[in-house]
Amino acid sequence: MTERVEVLKTYKLYLGGDFPRSESGRSYEVTGAGGEFLANAARASRKDIRDAVKAARKAWPGWAAATAYNRGQVLYRVAEMMETRRGDLEAEVARVEGDASEQVDAAIDTFVYYAGWTDKITQVMGGLNPVAGPYFNITAPEPTGVVGIVASEEPSLTALCSRIAPAMCGGNASIVLASERYPLPAIALAECLATADVPGGVVNILTGHKNELVPVLASHLDVDAIDITGVTGDQRTEVEAAAAENVKRVITASDVRGPHEVTAFMDMKTVWHPKGR
Amino acid sequence: MTKWEYAPAPEATEIVSVKDTYGNYIGGEFVEPNSNEYFKTINPATEEVLSAVPVADESDVDKAVSAARKAFGTWSSMAPGDRAKFVYRIARVIQERAREMAVLETMNGGKPIKESRDIDIPLAAAHFFYYAGWADKLEYAFPGRRAEPLGVAAQVIPWNFPMLMLAWKIAPAIATGNTVVLKPAETTPLTALMFAEICEQVGLPPGVVNIINGAGATGAALVKHPDVDKVAFTGSTEVGKMIQRELAGTHKKLTLELGGKAANVIFEDAPLDQAVEGIVNGIFFNQGQVCCAGSRLLVQESVAEHLLDKLKRRLATLRLGDPLDKNTDIGAINSRAQLDKIKRLVGVGVEEGAELFQPACDIPERGFWFPPTIFTGVSQSHRIAQEEIFGPVLSVMTFRTEDEAVEKANNTPYGLSAGIWTEKGSRILWMADRLRAGVVWANTFNRFDPASPFGGFKESGFGREGGRHGLEAYVKLVAP
Amino acid sequence: MTTPTKEHSLGLADRLGGSVDAVGAEARAAALSTRSIKKDSKMWALELAIRCCDLTSLEGQDSPGKIRQLASKAMRPAPGNPEIPSVAALCVYPRLVKAAKEALAGSTVKVASVAAAFPSGQSPLDLRLEEIERAIADGADEIDIVISRGAFLAGDDEMVFEEVSRSVEVAGGAHVKTILETGELGSYDRIRRASLIAMAAGTHTIKTSTGKISPASTLPTALVMAEAIRDFQDATGTAVGLKVAGGIRSAKDAIRYLVIVHETLGDEWLTPDRFRIGASSLVNDLLMQIDKQKTGFYSDPDRYTLD
Repeated sequence: MTERVEVLKTYKLYLGGDFPRSESGRSYEVTGAGGEFLANAARASRKDIRDAVKAARKAWPGWAAATAYNRGQVLYRVAEMMETRRGDLEAEVARVEGDASEQVDAAIDTFVYYAGWTDKITQVMGGLNPVAGPYFNITAPEPTGVVGIVASEEPSLTALCSRIAPAMCGGNASIVLASERYPLPAIALAECLATADVPGGVVNILTGHKNELVPVLASHLDVDAIDITGVTGDQRTEVEAAAAENVKRVITASDVRGPHEVTAFMDMKTVWHPKGR
Repeated sequence: MTKWEYAPAPEATEIVSVKDTYGNYIGGEFVEPNSNEYFKTINPATEEVLSAVPVADESDVDKAVSAARKAFGTWSSMAPGDRAKFVYRIARVIQERAREMAVLETMNGGKPIKESRDIDIPLAAAHFFYYAGWADKLEYAFPGRRAEPLGVAAQVIPWNFPMLMLAWKIAPAIATGNTVVLKPAETTPLTALMFAEICEQVGLPPGVVNIINGAGATGAALVKHPDVDKVAFTGSTEVGKMIQRELAGTHKKLTLELGGKAANVIFEDAPLDQAVEGIVNGIFFNQGQVCCAGSRLLVQESVAEHLLDKLKRRLATLRLGDPLDKNTDIGAINSRAQLDKIKRLVGVGVEEGAELFQPACDIPERGFWFPPTIFTGVSQSHRIAQEEIFGPVLSVMTFRTEDEAVEKANNTPYGLSAGIWTEKGSRILWMADRLRAGVVWANTFNRFDPASPFGGFKESGFGREGGRHGLEAYVKLVAP
Repeated sequence: MTTPTKEHSLGLADRLGGSVDAVGAEARAAALSTRSIKKDSKMWALELAIRCCDLTSLEGQDSPGKIRQLASKAMRPAPGNPEIPSVAALCVYPRLVKAAKEALAGSTVKVASVAAAFPSGQSPLDLRLEEIERAIADGADEIDIVISRGAFLAGDDEMVFEEVSRSVEVAGGAHVKTILETGELGSYDRIRRASLIAMAAGTHTIKTSTGKISPASTLPTALVMAEAIRDFQDATGTAVGLKVAGGIRSAKDAIRYLVIVHETLGDEWLTPDRFRIGASSLVNDLLMQIDKQKTGFYSDPDRYTLD
């Protein structure tokens, strides 16, 4: 009796809701904990970044205009899909980082947590301002727009989720660079996002070489903010300087989850209106 | 030319399965009452009996409170994120079974299916979804304080929005770690009992939610029970006052959401066609059996005649009849007792000399019905301008200036809600500052959202339900 | 009876102007669109929708041959079923009016011609009026004109009034429908105001869109125009018709418009004299739904003729 031959997965980019290969036709080898070959991941190019920004910009108005309740349900749906595909997520994490169960738990719970923030962020982080005059004056956070996310290299899955979820929660569309060393869990996550009612283009995940991609993302003039949590060393200074060209907000993750992780991806708006007969 | 009559379009009732009898839901099980007494619950549109529901006596109440007390320890010490997941599950199952629940709500309560389908049930699910999110975020709702659950919450809800009121009560209570004993109104117990089944489907730990049935005596026994830490009541001001007296000196935390006599104020520059819709929605939504109904129309003299013409014409298009028909705008009155009360107060209005307008409409033979009604020529001293009718009856008065509008709007013991209709933003805010009401709607009316607090000023009660403020009713704040 | 002056008529539009709350109007239209129309009342509505249809072809590639085919569809939408009525009118470009008129000879179907520099309206007024005259001379029974949105948005109400009233005048008794091109007006307030100006200027019907720009007709737009028609009738006693056009392809959409008209203007408007739907592909969907009502089966598009 012959053993059944397994079907192997082609790992592609997640861009505009689709799973294309890199337009460059390039890929790079991904190896497991013991150095064994796992797969060839797509190696995104600067043009893929350009296309991802275009997709994000197109998706953003709809996502930002969705009701907070609707966005909350979509984030919760992501958690539902991750839970049902947790075997897949665990397998991808396990073969590169070892024990995976806790990481997958935490990743799912991150989406549940931020699902609950969509309709509370304004209540907690905004408010009525008691100005000295007959005016109604209110301040509330609004989505910044298109944001770039460079998450930490590891833990591969939670590092990604802890940045994607608050960006989505705040109504932004994002271009996310996966862990260069461990890109496969990111693609498993993309497959959860793609089946979870997340509108195409709201999250775009690219795999590839960070030193090639980060500067392109940081200097792109149609990107409104960049999360540099996963940018290290000298490249940080370079990215922060590039961000100045269009006054990008430069964000880094804090140690704890919470509403400030969301408002980091948002701008505050104040509205004045007179009160009188 | 022929008249276009809409053919009947009744919602199918096969999706609903109602049992012949129910038990009280205590400690995760449907149990027979110690009282051995049952009462029949009917469909107010047909007077058909739907089911028999137990009467909980003092010993049943005690059993339910004990079950809630027993569950409190584990429920309140569960990781908040896990508690959140249970509440999310409830939200999702309500969404999954929404149509079934809407049909049942309409069968038992008489409200039009378009309301239970598009408003009551979706909002109930949204309420659970919203408060689920708060469970692990309380430190942001109460900065500098630790929010601890109170213990066992006794919750008594009315018949006008059975499932939605259940959601308003249970969602914040259990999300913050309390356990509950809830008593639905005696005329509308069935969706609460279906909710008990949902608690089972989602695997909610036994005793976290307990549902007991009965009328006023059961409610009184529940709020009086010494092991109850919190009482939440929605209903009449009269009963609210009794409860407040009863609880004096007990240290039980209390919130009351009581009656109203809301003014809906229409200025001459208002978008009139939308104002007409707002007036209609304000007083005929759920046959006017709404505590925040816009039952007093205050219209600026310069547009009064024009507006009333439009309003009367619009009333003629309202479709009264089978609540299960998807095209019904006005359903059945909830009970014979309520119908009698409406009839009595309308009689008083006629005696007092107000002018009555009702569009021609066919009233079904069986069931409890009252046509949409407008009283014009009403003055502040008329009883129909002061007393809550809780029916599809609008009292129309006029005003000339903003000051007069505010004075008249506030001239009632109630203070639940108010409406303002004008194109001028600054006037909206000026008026809102001066209206003594817990909710002020501008260029809309009867809008509800889980994120938005709701509750009254003055004799309309205290405490807020919904929003961040709705959490306060269910927590005690201690030093961190 | 004396003809009201321009000042008087524009004053009327001012007085009835009022404002429209967008959220409220959209909520009302959405609520009406949940009406569930079934059985006999659906059959009646489907048949009425056919009778109210202005079967339309306004393409650069339209030829006399194409118009002859369409005319046959207009007269007998379902060749095998004599119970199906003709549509109200065939709506074409001016150059094709003659062909349409000949093809429709002896039928009840009217010839409607767009005119006056459709769809932009951006030609000198005298040329636009001449276009109307020639369409009438070629046999058009009805004329669909467009207002100058540029003038209206610039606040030149008088010019809009003038154009419409002159067009009605030169049409010499032919039925004039005035397209507001609501998708270019930006707000419901302006849609209401443009409706009132066109009615005050004497148009017989106000119409939503040319179908050439998006958004075309929408339910709240139709609601706001119907409310303006009702208020105009209250003030003047004159009943003006409503035509919705652009993007109406399904029977479901058509019925939603009928519900809005029914519950805003009443049964008196449920006739081709006062209500029209401009569409090209709608008729086949109406036919499919009629067959579904009769047989209980969902049908197949290939069973309906494409002209």
